[in-house]
Amino acid sequence: MIAIIDYGMGNLASVYNAFIKTGFGDIRITSDPEELRRADKLVLPGVGAFEDAMKNLNRDRLIGPILESVADGKPFLGICLGYQLMFERSCEGGSFDGLGIMKGDVVRFDVSLPVPHMGWNETAIRDGDGVFDGLAGNVYFYFDHAYYPVPSDESVIAGTTEYETVFVSAVRKGNIYGAQFHPEKSHNNGLKIISNFGKLR
Amino acid sequence: MLAKRIIPCLDIDKGRVVKGVNFVNIRDAGDPVDNAKVYNDEGADEIVFLDITASHEKRDTVVDLARRVAKEIFIPFTIGGGIRTLEDIRNVLKAGADKISINSAAVKNPEFVREAARMFGSSTIVVAIDAKRVAPGKWDVFINGGRIDTGTDAVEWARRVYDYGAGEILLTSMDKDGTKDGYDLDLTRAIADSVTIPVIASGGAGTIGHFRTAFTEGHASAALAASLFHFRELSITDVKRFLNDNGVHVRLDYTANK
Repeated sequence: MIAIIDYGMGNLASVYNAFIKTGFGDIRITSDPEELRRADKLVLPGVGAFEDAMKNLNRDRLIGPILESVADGKPFLGICLGYQLMFERSCEGGSFDGLGIMKGDVVRFDVSLPVPHMGWNETAIRDGDGVFDGLAGNVYFYFDHAYYPVPSDESVIAGTTEYETVFVSAVRKGNIYGAQFHPEKSHNNGLKIISNFGKLR
Repeated sequence: MLAKRIIPCLDIDKGRVVKGVNFVNIRDAGDPVDNAKVYNDEGADEIVFLDITASHEKRDTVVDLARRVAKEIFIPFTIGGGIRTLEDIRNVLKAGADKISINSAAVKNPEFVREAARMFGSSTIVVAIDAKRVAPGKWDVFINGGRIDTGTDAVEWARRVYDYGAGEILLTSMDKDGTKDGYDLDLTRAIADSVTIPVIASGGAGTIGHFRTAFTEGHASAALAASLFHFRELSITDVKRFLNDNGVHVRLDYTANK
Protein backbone atom coordinates (compact mmCIF):
# COMPACT_ATOMS: atom_id res chain seq x y z
CA MET A 1 0.00 0.00 0.00
CA ILE A 2 1.15 3.52 -0.89
CA ALA A 3 0.35 6.11 1.77
CA ILE A 4 -0.06 9.76 0.85
CA ILE A 5 0.63 11.64 4.05
CA ASP A 6 -2.19 14.00 4.99
CA TYR A 7 -1.01 16.65 7.44
CA GLY A 8 -3.32 19.51 6.54
CA MET A 9 -1.01 21.13 3.98
CA GLY A 10 -2.78 21.64 0.71
CA ASN A 11 -4.70 19.55 -1.72
CA LEU A 12 -3.69 15.90 -2.01
CA ALA A 13 -6.38 14.86 -4.48
CA SER A 14 -4.23 15.40 -7.56
CA VAL A 15 -1.42 13.19 -6.25
CA TYR A 16 -3.96 10.52 -5.35
CA ASN A 17 -5.61 10.80 -8.78
CA ALA A 18 -2.25 10.49 -10.53
CA PHE A 19 -1.54 7.14 -8.82
CA ILE A 20 -5.03 5.90 -9.65
CA LYS A 21 -4.60 7.03 -13.25
CA THR A 22 -1.31 5.16 -13.62
CA GLY A 23 -2.84 1.97 -12.25
CA PHE A 24 -1.95 1.93 -8.55
CA GLY A 25 -5.20 1.39 -6.73
CA ASP A 26 -3.80 0.29 -3.37
CA ILE A 27 -3.37 3.78 -2.06
CA ARG A 28 -4.53 5.76 0.98
CA ILE A 29 -4.59 9.41 1.95
CA THR A 30 -3.93 9.14 5.65
CA SER A 31 -2.88 10.96 8.81
CA ASP A 32 -2.80 7.78 10.90
CA PRO A 33 0.73 6.99 12.22
CA GLU A 34 -0.07 3.26 12.32
CA GLU A 35 -1.18 3.28 8.71
CA LEU A 36 2.11 4.96 7.73
CA ARG A 37 3.96 2.15 9.54
CA ARG A 38 2.02 -0.45 7.58
CA ALA A 39 2.55 1.27 4.21
CA ASP A 40 5.12 -0.04 1.72
CA LYS A 41 5.80 3.41 0.34
CA LEU A 42 5.28 6.96 1.51
CA VAL A 43 4.51 10.11 -0.44
CA LEU A 44 4.88 13.47 1.28
CA PRO A 45 3.22 16.20 -0.81
CA GLY A 46 2.32 19.63 0.50
CA VAL A 47 1.80 23.28 -0.25
CA GLY A 48 2.24 26.11 2.25
CA ALA A 49 4.68 27.30 4.85
CA PHE A 50 7.55 25.16 6.14
CA GLU A 51 7.02 26.02 9.81
CA ASP A 52 3.30 25.12 9.75
CA ALA A 53 4.10 21.89 7.95
CA MET A 54 6.61 20.72 10.58
CA LYS A 55 4.23 21.74 13.37
CA ASN A 56 1.46 19.68 11.82
CA LEU A 57 3.69 16.63 11.25
CA ASN A 58 4.76 16.86 14.87
CA ARG A 59 1.21 17.39 16.18
CA ASP A 60 -0.05 14.37 14.25
CA ARG A 61 2.89 12.21 15.47
CA LEU A 62 3.91 11.48 11.88
CA ILE A 63 7.62 12.26 12.10
CA GLY A 64 8.50 8.97 13.83
CA PRO A 65 6.76 6.73 11.29
CA ILE A 66 8.27 8.71 8.38
CA LEU A 67 11.83 8.37 9.70
CA GLU A 68 11.33 4.67 10.52
CA SER A 69 10.01 3.98 7.03
CA VAL A 70 12.96 5.75 5.43
CA ALA A 71 15.42 3.95 7.72
CA ASP A 72 13.84 0.64 6.67
CA GLY A 73 14.65 1.49 3.06
CA LYS A 74 11.03 1.80 1.98
CA PRO A 75 10.52 4.03 -1.08
CA PHE A 76 9.80 7.65 -0.19
CA LEU A 77 8.84 10.58 -2.41
CA GLY A 78 8.74 14.19 -1.23
CA ILE A 79 6.98 16.65 -3.53
CA CYS A 80 7.31 20.47 -3.49
CA LEU A 81 7.02 21.48 0.19
CA GLY A 82 7.35 17.80 1.07
CA TYR A 83 10.69 17.82 -0.77
CA GLN A 84 11.89 20.82 1.23
CA LEU A 85 10.79 19.19 4.49
CA MET A 86 13.21 16.31 3.82
CA PHE A 87 16.17 18.63 4.55
CA GLU A 88 17.71 19.79 7.82
CA ARG A 89 16.58 23.40 8.00
CA SER A 90 14.61 26.11 6.19
CA CYS A 91 15.01 29.87 6.35
CA GLU A 92 11.35 30.40 5.45
CA GLY A 93 10.00 32.88 8.00
CA GLY A 94 12.92 32.33 10.40
CA SER A 95 14.97 29.19 10.91
CA PHE A 96 13.13 25.93 11.34
CA ASP A 97 14.25 22.34 11.57
CA GLY A 98 13.05 19.88 8.95
CA LEU A 99 13.03 16.08 8.89
CA GLY A 100 16.76 15.84 8.18
CA ILE A 101 16.43 12.91 5.79
CA MET A 102 18.79 14.80 3.48
CA LYS A 103 21.61 17.10 4.53
CA GLY A 104 21.32 20.75 3.60
CA ASP A 105 19.27 23.93 4.00
CA VAL A 106 16.25 25.38 2.23
CA VAL A 107 16.78 28.90 0.88
CA ARG A 108 14.73 31.54 -0.91
CA PHE A 109 15.28 32.53 -4.55
CA ASP A 110 17.55 35.54 -4.78
CA VAL A 111 16.95 36.49 -8.41
CA SER A 112 15.66 39.44 -10.41
CA LEU A 113 12.98 37.25 -12.03
CA PRO A 114 9.52 37.01 -10.40
CA VAL A 115 9.24 34.84 -7.28
CA PRO A 116 7.48 32.41 -6.92
CA HIS A 117 9.03 30.53 -9.80
CA MET A 118 5.85 29.29 -11.44
CA GLY A 119 5.31 27.46 -14.69
CA TRP A 120 6.90 24.87 -16.95
CA ASN A 121 10.65 24.65 -16.75
CA GLU A 122 13.29 22.14 -17.76
CA THR A 123 15.04 19.79 -15.39
CA ALA A 124 18.34 18.29 -16.47
CA ILE A 125 18.02 14.70 -15.27
CA ARG A 126 21.38 13.19 -14.26
CA ASP A 127 20.55 9.46 -14.28
CA GLY A 128 17.50 8.10 -16.00
CA ASP A 129 16.80 5.27 -13.57
CA GLY A 130 14.65 4.68 -10.50
CA VAL A 131 11.70 7.07 -10.67
CA PHE A 132 13.44 8.86 -13.53
CA ASP A 133 13.48 5.72 -15.69
CA GLY A 134 12.58 6.70 -19.25
CA LEU A 135 13.27 10.39 -18.63
CA ALA A 136 16.62 11.52 -19.96
CA GLY A 137 18.22 14.86 -20.69
CA ASN A 138 16.20 18.05 -20.33
CA VAL A 139 12.64 17.34 -19.28
CA TYR A 140 9.79 19.77 -18.64
CA PHE A 141 8.00 19.78 -15.29
CA TYR A 142 5.56 22.16 -13.62
CA PHE A 143 6.92 24.28 -10.77
CA ASP A 144 5.38 26.58 -8.20
CA HIS A 145 7.68 27.61 -5.34
CA ALA A 146 9.65 30.44 -3.77
CA TYR A 147 12.19 28.31 -1.83
CA TYR A 148 14.43 25.40 -2.74
CA PRO A 149 16.85 23.13 -0.89
CA VAL A 150 20.62 23.22 -1.28
CA PRO A 151 21.88 19.69 -0.59
CA SER A 152 25.27 19.67 1.11
CA ASP A 153 25.97 16.19 -0.27
CA GLU A 154 26.29 16.63 -4.03
CA SER A 155 25.99 12.90 -4.65
CA VAL A 156 22.20 13.09 -4.01
CA ILE A 157 21.59 15.54 -6.87
CA ALA A 158 19.30 13.89 -9.42
CA GLY A 159 18.25 16.93 -11.43
CA THR A 160 18.89 20.65 -11.76
CA THR A 161 16.83 23.52 -13.14
CA GLU A 162 17.78 27.02 -14.24
CA TYR A 163 15.85 30.08 -13.17
CA GLU A 164 18.48 32.79 -13.39
CA THR A 165 20.31 30.63 -10.87
CA VAL A 166 20.79 26.88 -11.19
CA PHE A 167 19.10 25.01 -8.34
CA VAL A 168 18.66 21.37 -7.40
CA SER A 169 15.14 20.39 -8.43
CA ALA A 170 15.36 16.65 -7.71
CA VAL A 171 17.31 14.42 -5.35
CA ARG A 172 17.81 10.72 -4.85
CA LYS A 173 19.49 8.61 -2.21
CA GLY A 174 18.74 4.92 -2.69
CA ASN A 175 14.97 4.59 -2.49
CA ILE A 176 14.48 8.13 -1.21
CA TYR A 177 13.40 10.70 -3.77
CA GLY A 178 12.49 14.36 -3.68
CA ALA A 179 11.17 16.67 -6.38
CA GLN A 180 10.66 20.41 -6.22
CA PHE A 181 8.27 20.26 -9.19
CA HIS A 182 4.80 18.72 -9.21
CA PRO A 183 4.85 15.36 -11.02
CA GLU A 184 1.07 15.17 -10.58
CA LYS A 185 0.71 18.34 -12.68
CA SER A 186 3.46 17.64 -15.20
CA HIS A 187 1.61 15.77 -17.93
CA ASN A 188 3.28 12.61 -19.30
CA ASN A 189 6.69 13.30 -17.77
CA GLY A 190 5.16 13.66 -14.33
CA LEU A 191 2.92 10.61 -14.67
CA LYS A 192 6.01 8.65 -15.65
CA ILE A 193 7.59 9.50 -12.30
CA ILE A 194 4.40 8.60 -10.44
CA SER A 195 4.19 5.31 -12.29
CA ASN A 196 7.90 4.53 -11.75
CA PHE A 197 7.53 5.26 -8.04
CA GLY A 198 4.52 2.97 -7.85
CA LYS A 199 6.63 0.15 -9.31
CA LEU A 200 9.59 0.58 -6.92
CA ARG A 201 10.34 -2.19 -4.46
CA MET B 1 14.14 29.04 -18.68
CA LEU B 2 10.39 29.18 -18.22
CA ALA B 3 8.37 28.14 -21.25
CA LYS B 4 5.78 30.45 -22.81
CA ARG B 5 2.40 28.85 -22.32
CA ILE B 6 -0.48 28.05 -24.66
CA ILE B 7 -3.81 27.88 -22.86
CA PRO B 8 -7.10 26.70 -24.35
CA CYS B 9 -10.27 27.95 -22.70
CA LEU B 10 -13.54 26.02 -22.46
CA ASP B 11 -16.83 27.79 -21.78
CA ILE B 12 -19.05 25.71 -19.51
CA ASP B 13 -22.81 26.06 -18.96
CA LYS B 14 -24.46 23.83 -16.35
CA GLY B 15 -21.54 21.41 -16.50
CA ARG B 16 -21.54 21.13 -20.30
CA VAL B 17 -19.24 22.62 -22.92
CA VAL B 18 -20.89 25.46 -24.81
CA LYS B 19 -21.18 24.73 -28.55
CA GLY B 20 -19.71 21.26 -28.16
CA VAL B 21 -18.55 19.73 -31.43
CA ASN B 22 -18.36 16.02 -32.23
CA PHE B 23 -14.83 15.40 -33.44
CA VAL B 24 -13.55 11.89 -33.92
CA ASN B 25 -11.46 11.98 -30.78
CA ILE B 26 -14.28 13.21 -28.55
CA ARG B 27 -16.82 10.74 -27.26
CA ASP B 28 -19.19 13.29 -25.82
CA ALA B 29 -18.99 16.73 -27.43
CA GLY B 30 -20.52 18.40 -24.42
CA ASP B 31 -18.36 16.78 -21.78
CA PRO B 32 -15.74 19.17 -20.35
CA VAL B 33 -13.46 16.30 -19.34
CA ASP B 34 -13.48 14.70 -22.81
CA ASN B 35 -12.70 18.07 -24.38
CA ALA B 36 -9.98 18.80 -21.85
CA LYS B 37 -8.38 15.40 -22.48
CA VAL B 38 -7.91 16.27 -26.14
CA TYR B 39 -6.20 19.53 -25.16
CA ASN B 40 -4.11 17.71 -22.58
CA ASP B 41 -2.93 15.23 -25.23
CA GLU B 42 -2.21 18.03 -27.71
CA GLY B 43 0.13 19.65 -25.23
CA ALA B 44 -1.89 22.43 -23.63
CA ASP B 45 0.23 23.90 -20.85
CA GLU B 46 -2.84 24.68 -18.77
CA ILE B 47 -6.58 24.72 -19.29
CA VAL B 48 -9.02 27.44 -18.26
CA PHE B 49 -12.64 26.52 -17.61
CA LEU B 50 -14.94 29.50 -17.64
CA ASP B 51 -18.28 28.73 -16.06
CA ILE B 52 -21.03 30.87 -17.54
CA THR B 53 -23.91 29.14 -15.74
CA ALA B 54 -26.47 31.52 -14.28
CA SER B 55 -25.14 32.37 -10.88
CA HIS B 56 -27.81 30.84 -8.63
CA GLU B 57 -27.13 27.34 -9.96
CA LYS B 58 -23.42 27.74 -10.17
CA ARG B 59 -21.70 27.03 -6.90
CA ASP B 60 -22.02 23.27 -6.97
CA THR B 61 -21.38 22.89 -10.67
CA VAL B 62 -17.89 24.42 -10.52
CA VAL B 63 -16.83 22.23 -7.61
CA ASP B 64 -18.14 19.15 -9.37
CA LEU B 65 -16.38 20.23 -12.57
CA ALA B 66 -13.06 20.67 -10.74
CA ARG B 67 -13.39 17.25 -9.13
CA ARG B 68 -14.10 15.48 -12.43
CA VAL B 69 -11.34 17.28 -14.32
CA ALA B 70 -8.75 16.56 -11.59
CA LYS B 71 -9.30 12.83 -12.03
CA GLU B 72 -8.30 12.85 -15.68
CA ILE B 73 -6.15 15.90 -16.39
CA PHE B 74 -2.60 16.10 -15.07
CA ILE B 75 -1.66 19.62 -16.03
CA PRO B 76 -2.60 22.76 -14.09
CA PHE B 77 -6.13 24.04 -14.58
CA THR B 78 -8.02 27.17 -13.63
CA ILE B 79 -11.68 27.59 -12.86
CA GLY B 80 -13.31 30.96 -13.39
CA GLY B 81 -16.83 32.32 -13.35
CA GLY B 82 -18.96 33.21 -10.39
CA ILE B 83 -16.36 32.78 -7.66
CA ARG B 84 -17.32 35.33 -5.02
CA THR B 85 -16.25 34.14 -1.59
CA LEU B 86 -13.20 32.64 0.09
CA GLU B 87 -15.32 29.56 0.70
CA ASP B 88 -15.95 29.23 -3.06
CA ILE B 89 -12.19 29.35 -3.64
CA ARG B 90 -11.46 26.83 -0.92
CA ASN B 91 -13.99 24.34 -2.33
CA VAL B 92 -12.77 24.60 -5.90
CA LEU B 93 -9.09 24.26 -4.93
CA LYS B 94 -9.87 21.38 -2.62
CA ALA B 95 -11.67 19.63 -5.47
CA GLY B 96 -8.40 19.69 -7.44
CA ALA B 97 -8.22 22.99 -9.34
CA ASP B 98 -4.82 24.69 -9.24
CA LYS B 99 -6.00 28.25 -9.66
CA ILE B 100 -9.19 30.22 -9.60
CA SER B 101 -9.93 33.27 -11.68
CA ILE B 102 -11.92 36.22 -10.38
CA ASN B 103 -13.21 39.15 -12.35
CA SER B 104 -16.24 41.16 -11.23
CA ALA B 105 -15.86 40.04 -7.61
CA ALA B 106 -12.44 41.71 -7.63
CA VAL B 107 -13.76 44.89 -9.26
CA LYS B 108 -16.58 45.14 -6.73
CA ASN B 109 -14.32 44.43 -3.77
CA PRO B 110 -10.57 44.72 -4.42
CA GLU B 111 -9.85 43.63 -0.85
CA PHE B 112 -11.12 40.21 -1.89
CA VAL B 113 -7.98 39.78 -4.00
CA ARG B 114 -5.78 40.58 -1.02
CA GLU B 115 -7.63 38.22 1.31
CA ALA B 116 -7.67 35.41 -1.25
CA ALA B 117 -3.95 35.74 -1.99
CA ARG B 118 -3.11 35.80 1.70
CA MET B 119 -5.21 32.75 2.46
CA PHE B 120 -4.47 30.55 -0.55
CA GLY B 121 -1.19 31.95 -1.90
CA SER B 122 -0.68 34.30 -4.84
CA SER B 123 -0.02 31.53 -7.28
CA THR B 124 -3.59 30.25 -6.97
CA ILE B 125 -5.22 33.63 -7.66
CA VAL B 126 -5.73 34.80 -11.24
CA VAL B 127 -7.44 38.14 -11.77
CA ALA B 128 -9.29 38.35 -15.07
CA ILE B 129 -9.45 41.83 -16.59
CA ASP B 130 -11.79 42.68 -19.46
CA ALA B 131 -10.41 45.83 -21.06
CA LYS B 132 -11.75 48.05 -23.82
CA ARG B 133 -10.08 50.97 -25.54
CA VAL B 134 -11.63 54.32 -24.60
CA ALA B 135 -8.96 56.60 -26.15
CA PRO B 136 -5.68 56.06 -28.00
CA GLY B 137 -3.35 54.25 -25.61
CA LYS B 138 -5.99 54.14 -22.87
CA TRP B 139 -8.19 51.22 -21.83
CA ASP B 140 -10.88 50.95 -19.17
CA VAL B 141 -11.93 47.92 -17.16
CA PHE B 142 -15.35 46.66 -18.23
CA ILE B 143 -17.64 44.20 -16.48
CA ASN B 144 -20.77 42.25 -17.42
CA GLY B 145 -19.32 40.94 -20.66
CA GLY B 146 -18.09 44.32 -21.82
CA ARG B 147 -21.38 46.16 -21.26
CA ILE B 148 -20.47 48.25 -18.22
CA ASP B 149 -17.52 50.64 -18.12
CA THR B 150 -16.23 50.80 -14.56
CA GLY B 151 -14.31 53.97 -15.39
CA THR B 152 -11.16 52.38 -13.97
CA ASP B 153 -7.99 52.54 -16.04
CA ALA B 154 -6.94 49.00 -16.97
CA VAL B 155 -3.20 49.54 -16.44
CA GLU B 156 -3.80 51.09 -13.01
CA TRP B 157 -6.14 48.26 -12.10
CA ALA B 158 -3.55 45.67 -13.16
CA ARG B 159 -0.93 47.33 -10.93
CA ARG B 160 -3.38 47.43 -8.08
CA VAL B 161 -4.31 43.75 -8.20
CA TYR B 162 -0.61 42.95 -8.53
CA ASP B 163 0.05 44.97 -5.35
CA TYR B 164 -2.79 43.10 -3.67
CA GLY B 165 -1.14 39.77 -4.39
CA ALA B 166 -2.72 38.46 -7.59
CA GLY B 167 -0.44 35.79 -9.04
CA GLU B 168 -1.40 36.25 -12.66
CA ILE B 169 -3.53 38.46 -14.93
CA LEU B 170 -5.85 37.03 -17.58
CA LEU B 171 -6.22 39.99 -19.89
CA THR B 172 -9.03 39.98 -22.45
CA SER B 173 -9.39 42.69 -25.05
CA MET B 174 -13.11 43.30 -25.47
CA ASP B 175 -12.35 45.10 -28.75
CA LYS B 176 -10.56 42.10 -30.21
CA ASP B 177 -12.52 39.24 -28.65
CA GLY B 178 -14.24 37.24 -31.40
CA THR B 179 -12.66 39.25 -34.26
CA LYS B 180 -9.85 36.80 -35.08
CA ASP B 181 -7.66 39.67 -36.19
CA GLY B 182 -5.06 39.29 -33.46
CA TYR B 183 -4.51 40.05 -29.81
CA ASP B 184 -4.49 43.71 -28.74
CA LEU B 185 -0.71 43.97 -28.61
CA ASP B 186 -0.60 47.56 -27.33
CA LEU B 187 -2.91 46.73 -24.44
CA THR B 188 -1.10 43.50 -23.62
CA ARG B 189 2.30 45.17 -23.66
CA ALA B 190 1.08 48.15 -21.61
CA ILE B 191 -0.08 45.78 -18.86
CA ALA B 192 2.70 43.19 -19.11
CA ASP B 193 5.32 45.93 -18.82
CA SER B 194 3.72 47.46 -15.75
CA VAL B 195 3.64 44.33 -13.53
CA THR B 196 6.11 41.51 -12.85
CA ILE B 197 3.48 38.76 -12.66
CA PRO B 198 2.60 36.77 -15.78
CA VAL B 199 0.03 38.20 -18.17
CA ILE B 200 -2.13 35.85 -20.26
CA ALA B 201 -3.14 37.48 -23.55
CA SER B 202 -6.73 36.74 -24.54
CA GLY B 203 -9.15 37.82 -27.25
CA GLY B 204 -8.55 37.98 -30.98
CA ALA B 205 -6.39 34.96 -31.85
CA GLY B 206 -7.11 34.02 -35.47
CA THR B 207 -3.86 32.83 -37.02
CA ILE B 208 -0.77 30.99 -35.88
CA GLY B 209 1.24 34.20 -36.21
CA HIS B 210 -0.95 35.96 -33.66
CA PHE B 211 0.42 33.70 -30.94
CA ARG B 212 3.99 34.64 -31.78
CA THR B 213 3.34 38.38 -31.65
CA ALA B 214 1.49 38.02 -28.32
CA PHE B 215 4.87 36.99 -26.90
CA THR B 216 7.33 38.98 -29.00
CA GLU B 217 5.40 42.26 -29.20
CA GLY B 218 2.78 41.93 -26.47
CA HIS B 219 5.30 40.65 -23.90
CA ALA B 220 2.74 38.12 -22.65
CA SER B 221 3.78 35.02 -20.68
CA ALA B 222 0.92 32.96 -22.05
CA ALA B 223 -1.61 33.15 -24.85
CA LEU B 224 -5.18 31.94 -24.53
CA ALA B 225 -7.67 30.98 -27.23
CA ALA B 226 -11.09 29.37 -27.12
CA SER B 227 -12.97 28.93 -30.41
CA LEU B 228 -9.82 28.62 -32.52
CA PHE B 229 -8.86 25.43 -30.68
CA HIS B 230 -12.41 24.32 -29.98
CA PHE B 231 -13.38 24.28 -33.65
CA ARG B 232 -10.02 22.69 -34.56
CA GLU B 233 -8.96 25.54 -36.79
CA LEU B 234 -5.53 25.15 -35.22
CA SER B 235 -4.06 22.44 -33.04
CA ILE B 236 -2.07 23.33 -29.97
CA THR B 237 0.86 21.22 -31.15
CA ASP B 238 0.95 23.05 -34.50
CA VAL B 239 0.97 26.38 -32.68
CA LYS B 240 3.78 25.26 -30.39
CA ARG B 241 5.86 23.84 -33.21
CA PHE B 242 5.51 27.11 -35.09
CA LEU B 243 6.52 29.09 -32.00
CA ASN B 244 9.49 26.82 -31.41
CA ASP B 245 10.62 27.28 -35.03
CA ASN B 246 10.30 31.03 -34.60
CA GLY B 247 12.42 31.46 -31.53
CA VAL B 248 9.73 31.33 -28.82
CA HIS B 249 10.61 28.99 -25.97
CA VAL B 250 7.79 26.44 -25.51
CA ARG B 251 7.31 22.99 -23.99
CA LEU B 252 7.30 20.41 -26.76
CA ASP B 253 8.94 17.35 -25.20
CA TYR B 254 5.56 15.60 -24.80
CA THR B 255 5.67 14.98 -28.55
CA ALA B 256 8.90 12.98 -28.27
CA ASN B 257 7.19 9.81 -27.04
CA LYS B 258 4.60 9.73 -29.79
